[in-house]
Amino acid sequence: MNVRDFRHIGKEMAERPELRRFLSGQGRYIDDFALPHMLHAAVLRSPYAHAELRSLATAEARALPGVAGIFTAADLGPAPQPIPVRLNPYATLDPYLQYPLAAGRIRYVGEPLALVVAASRAIAEDAAALIAIKATELPAATDALADPPAALFPEAADNIACRFTDGFGDLGEAMQEAEEIVEFAFHTGRHSAVPLEARGLLAAFDPGRRRLDVFGFTKVPHFNRAVLARMLGLPERSLNIVVPDVGGGFGVRGEFYPEDFLIPFAAMRLGRPVKWIEDRLEHLMAANHSREQHYAMRLGLTRAGRLLGLEVQLVNDMGAYMRTHGVIVPELSAGMLPGPYRFTAYRCDVRAVMTNKTPTGTYRGPGRFECNAARERLLDVAAARIGIDPAEIRRRNFIPPDAMPYRLGTRALGEEVIYDSGDYPAALADVLARSGYKADRHAAPAGGPRRGFGIGCFVEKTGKGPYEGARVALDPSGVIEVATGATSLGQGLETMLAKVVAEAVFQAPERILVRSGETGLLQFGGGSFASRATVLAGNAAWQAAQELAGRLISAAAGRLGTTAGNLHLVPGAVAAADGNTLTLSELAHGADPLGPELAVTVYFPTPHMAYAHGAVVASVEVDPALGRVLPLRLWVSYDVGTVINPDIVGAQIEGGAAQAIGGALLEAFVYDSAGQLQNGSLADYLLPVADFVPPISHHDLGRSPSPLNPLGVKGAGEAGLVGVGAALANAVADALGLPAAVDRLPMTPERVWRWAQAVRAAA
Amino acid sequence: MKPAPFAWCAPATLDEALDLLAGHADAARILAGGQTLGPLLNMRLATPSILIDINGIGELAGLHPDSAGLTIGALTRQSTLEDDPKLAALQPLIAMAIPHIAHRAIRNRGTVGGSLAHADPAAEWPALATLLGAHLLARSKSRGRRLIGAEEFFITHLTTALAPDELLCEVRVPPSPPGAGYAMLEFARRHGDFALAGAMVRLTSDAGGKLTDPRLVLFGTGRRASRARRAEAMLAGVSAGTALFAAAAATAATEIDPYDDLHASAEYRRHLAAVLASRALEEALARMNGKRHD
Ligand SMILES: Cc1cc2nc3c(=O)[nH]c(=O)nc-3n(C[C@H](O)[C@H](O)[C@H](O)COP(=O)(O)OP(=O)(O)OC[C@H]3O[C@@H](n4cnc5c(N)ncnc54)[C@H](O)[C@@H]3O)c2cc1C
Repeated sequence: MNVRDFRHIGKEMAERPELRRFLSGQGRYIDDFALPHMLHAAVLRSPYAHAELRSLATAEARALPGVAGIFTAADLGPAPQPIPVRLNPYATLDPYLQYPLAAGRIRYVGEPLALVVAASRAIAEDAAALIAIKATELPAATDALADPPAALFPEAADNIACRFTDGFGDLGEAMQEAEEIVEFAFHTGRHSAVPLEARGLLAAFDPGRRRLDVFGFTKVPHFNRAVLARMLGLPERSLNIVVPDVGGGFGVRGEFYPEDFLIPFAAMRLGRPVKWIEDRLEHLMAANHSREQHYAMRLGLTRAGRLLGLEVQLVNDMGAYMRTHGVIVPELSAGMLPGPYRFTAYRCDVRAVMTNKTPTGTYRGPGRFECNAARERLLDVAAARIGIDPAEIRRRNFIPPDAMPYRLGTRALGEEVIYDSGDYPAALADVLARSGYKADRHAAPAGGPRRGFGIGCFVEKTGKGPYEGARVALDPSGVIEVATGATSLGQGLETMLAKVVAEAVFQAPERILVRSGETGLLQFGGGSFASRATVLAGNAAWQAAQELAGRLISAAAGRLGTTAGNLHLVPGAVAAADGNTLTLSELAHGADPLGPELAVTVYFPTPHMAYAHGAVVASVEVDPALGRVLPLRLWVSYDVGTVINPDIVGAQIEGGAAQAIGGALLEAFVYDSAGQLQNGSLADYLLPVADFVPPISHHDLGRSPSPLNPLGVKGAGEAGLVGVGAALANAVADALGLPAAVDRLPMTPERVWRWAQAVRAAA
Repeated sequence: MKPAPFAWCAPATLDEALDLLAGHADAARILAGGQTLGPLLNMRLATPSILIDINGIGELAGLHPDSAGLTIGALTRQSTLEDDPKLAALQPLIAMAIPHIAHRAIRNRGTVGGSLAHADPAAEWPALATLLGAHLLARSKSRGRRLIGAEEFFITHLTTALAPDELLCEVRVPPSPPGAGYAMLEFARRHGDFALAGAMVRLTSDAGGKLTDPRLVLFGTGRRASRARRAEAMLAGVSAGTALFAAAAATAATEIDPYDDLHASAEYRRHLAAVLASRALEEALARMNGKRHD
C-alpha cells in the first residue's frame, strides 16, 4: 500500500477516541480509584544527604490513633532485594542498587526510611512526624567533578560506578590533520520531568486466592510486574496490573521505585488495600532527576570548517543509587553526540559518578537534550573561530542523504547506531527559510534589549526494540479489538492504533476498540518509552490486522459459499462481488471454535532503532543589563517518517519544546554543600508557564520514511525537545555577541548578566 | 503535604474575631485569602492550633475613596482592585502594581491585608504602602484601634508591628498629588513570581520644573521595602535629567541591604536595583511630563 492511498493514516480524525474521555472529565487517574477498607500511606524520608542510620524510634507513632502499621527496613525480612536495572543491566552496577528502605547508610535527602500506613494520609503524615530518626551525619558528596572522588559505598573504592568509551576512527590522526583546535566545556543542569499528575499506587491482596491487584503501574507494567512478583515471592500471573489514565509520564513516571514495592508489600502484610499518592514535594525530591552532565570537548577542524576529530570527556552525575535506567543516559549521550554530522574520528570517555543527591534516570530526550546542546554550542564557537556563520559550518558537515543508511560508529541502548534515512541539509534549509534567520537581529538601540538567533540540529533515536506485541481480534459485536503491551501515557496511543487497524481491516476508526497496558492482555509487553509505541506496537498492529483481514475473508468465504478472491471487507461486513454480504457480527457469532481463530497476535521486532531528525531555530530577546532572556519564537522542522496523526505529532513537538524551554532557561535542582535540596517546591523550582512559552511553529518535512518497518514510521515523542535547548543557548550567545560565553544551562538571569559583564569587560 | 491538625472557626463579625484573637493570640493564625497560609500549612511550615477565618466578615472588604484618600479594607481581593475602573485615576501606582502580584487565580482569593500582614520583602503591597505614605489600621481587644505608618509597620522580613492579638483592618492611602508621574518596574524570573528586585517611583514638580518630594522605593532587595532617602534627597529641588537619575539610582543601590538566595546573589540584586531605579525614574519623569500615557 502506498502512503498516498491511506484513508486514515496521515489524516486528522474527526473525534479521537481518547479525547471525549479526557475532555469531559471521565479520565480515571490513580487517585480516582478507591477500594473498601482502604488505608493510606506516607513515606518517612531522610532529612540527611549522607548519614549512618542508628535507629528509628516508632513507638510514639505506632500509638497514634488511626495508625495501622509502620514498616522499617528491619520489617522487610532477612534478605530484602534491591531494585534491579531495567535497561542494559551490567553486573558492575549491582553494588549501587537501591533497596526499598534504607538500612545502615543513608545516601540522599528524600530516601525512604519507613512506610507509615494509617486511616488517612493526614494521620500517616502526623505519625511520620513522630518517628525519631537517630543518625550520624557524614560529609556529603555533591560535586561529581570533585577530585578525589569520595567513596560512598563500602564495596567500592571510589564513587565512579562506571567508566566506558564510545567512538570511532583514529583520533590522533584526525587531530594531527586539524588546522584549528577548539576547546569548550559545557554543563547541563540537573532537572527532571514534573508531570501534572504525580505518581501513585493502590494495591490490594486477596489472601484466600493469593492474588494481588496493583493499580497505578504505567509505562512498563510487564517489567514492573516481574520485578514485584520476584520481590514478593509470588508467581507473575498472580498479579493483576491495572494501568490507569496518566497525567504525564515523560520517562520519570512508571519506572520501578521503592514505593512500587512498599505499597503492595504493606497491603499484603496488613490485609487491607493501601493507597499512596506522591505529593509534589516528594516528586521533586525523590522521583528520578536527570540531565546533570559535564562535557569537556576538543574539536579539530580545518580552516575551511570541515570537522575532523572530536574528543570528549563526559561526566554524568548519577545521584545516590543506580536506578532502573542504569547508565543509559550517558550511554545515549556518548552514542548520539556526533548528531547529523560527519567526523573522521570521535572518542567520548564517560564517567558515571555517584553523589549524595537524588538518584537519576531518564527524562524525555534523555542524554540528547544534553549532548545536542553541548555539540551545537561547540559548533557555534568553532564557526566564530574560523569566521563563518553558524548555518554554514553545519551545511559543510552534514551527513548527506545519499549516504543513508549511515553507520555512525557508536552505540546506543545496546545496539549499533545506524541512521536509517533522513535529509539533514533539507531540515536546516527549511527551518532557515521559515524563520527568516537573523533578519531583524540586533534591531534595538545600544544598551537596550538585543535580538539573537540560534540553530539546533539533531538526530533522534526512536523505536527501541526488541519487540512489542499487538493482538487484533473480532469482537462478537462486529467491533475489532486491538490490544497491546505498550501503554498510554496520554500520547494518543488509542488514536494511533485505531487508525492503523482501521486502515488494515477497512473499518471506520470508531469501530476499533483499543485496549492497552494491562498485563493480562498479552503475555509480553515492552511498554512506552524511547518513542517506541508507534514504531513497534503500530507495526505489530498493522501486521496483525492485515492477517486478521485475510482470516475474516477466508471464514466468510466458507459461510457464503464462494472463494476469498470474490470477497472484500467493507465497513461492518464482508461483501461479495454479487452484492451478498455477511456482517462482521454474524461472522463472529457463527465462528467455528475449531477453525482458525478470528484473532491474530503479532510481535513486531526491530533489530535497529529508527532515527528521526530535525532542525530548530530559536529567536530570543536579551536585556543584558538585567540578564533577562525572553524566548520570542521557535521554529522546528522535523522528519519522523510516516505520520499517523498530524495533530498528535504537532502537539508532541510543541510539548517537547516547552519542556526544553524549562531546561534551558528555568529549571535546575539546586543543592547546598550539605546535600540539601534548596528548591524542592514549585515556588522555587520554576517551570515554564504559558506566557513563558512563545509561539512554536513546526513543519513536517515528510520525506524520509523509515525503511525499517512496513509503515515507514519513526517515533515522534521526543523530537520536539532535543534540539531546543541547543537553539536557545546559541540564540542567547548570538544576542550577547560573544559566541563562547554561554557555557551552561539553564541560562538563569544572573548567569546571563555575568556573561554580558564579561563581554563588557573584554571590550 | 497535609496540614497538621488544627481547629477552624469562622467569626461572622469583627468583634467576634477580635474576641477569638484575644483568647488564642499565640496559637491562632488569621486566614484571609489563604494563598500564602494554605501552602505554609500544607508543608507544615506553619502549625497553628486554631485558624480564625475572616472571610465571612463583610465589613472588612471594600474600597472607600474620600477627600482624605482611599481606604481599602483588609479583606479586599486583589482582583477587586484590579477590576475597579476608578483605581487608575485615584491611585495610578496601585493600578500599575496589581497585575504583577502573582496570577489572576491567586489575585481572585488573595487579599490586600494578607499581603501587607505577611510582609514579604519582595511583595508589591509593602512597597506601595511605603512609597505612598499609607497608614494601616490595626484593632484588638487589648489596644483598641492603632493607626500605624507604613514605615513603622514593616519591621523586617515577614515581621510587622502587629501584636499577636491584633487584626489588620484597613489601609489608608493619601490622595495622589496633582501632576504626579509614577513608575513601577520589577524583574521577576517569570511573570507573577516574586520580584528579584523592583523599583517604584513617584515624581512631582513645582511650577519651575523642580522636583518636589521625589519618592523612590526599592523592594526585593533587602529585609523590607524601603525608601532610598539619600537618592531622594539628591533629586529634591533640582531639575530632573538622565545623568542625575543614573547617579541617584547608583546611590539608591548603596542604601539597600540585599541578600543572597537561590535566584540571585546580593551583588546581582544590588545591580538590578540600580538599573531598575534608573529606568523607573526616567519612566516616571516621562509620565509626569505627559510624554507617556501607558
Ligand atoms: C504562586 C504565587 C505567587 C505569588 N506571587 C506574588 C507576587 O508576585 N507578589 C506578591 O505580593 N504576592 C505574591 N504572592 C502572595 C499572594 O499575593 C498572597 O495571597 C498574599 O501575600 C497573602 O494574601 P492572602 O489573603 O492569601 O493571605 P493568607 O494566606 O490568608 O495570609 C497570609 C498571612 O497574613 C496573615 N493575615 C492575613 N490577613 C490578616 C489580617 N487582616 N490581619 C492580620 N494578619 C493577617 C495570615 O495570618 C498569614 O500569616 C504569591 C502567591 C502565590 C501562591
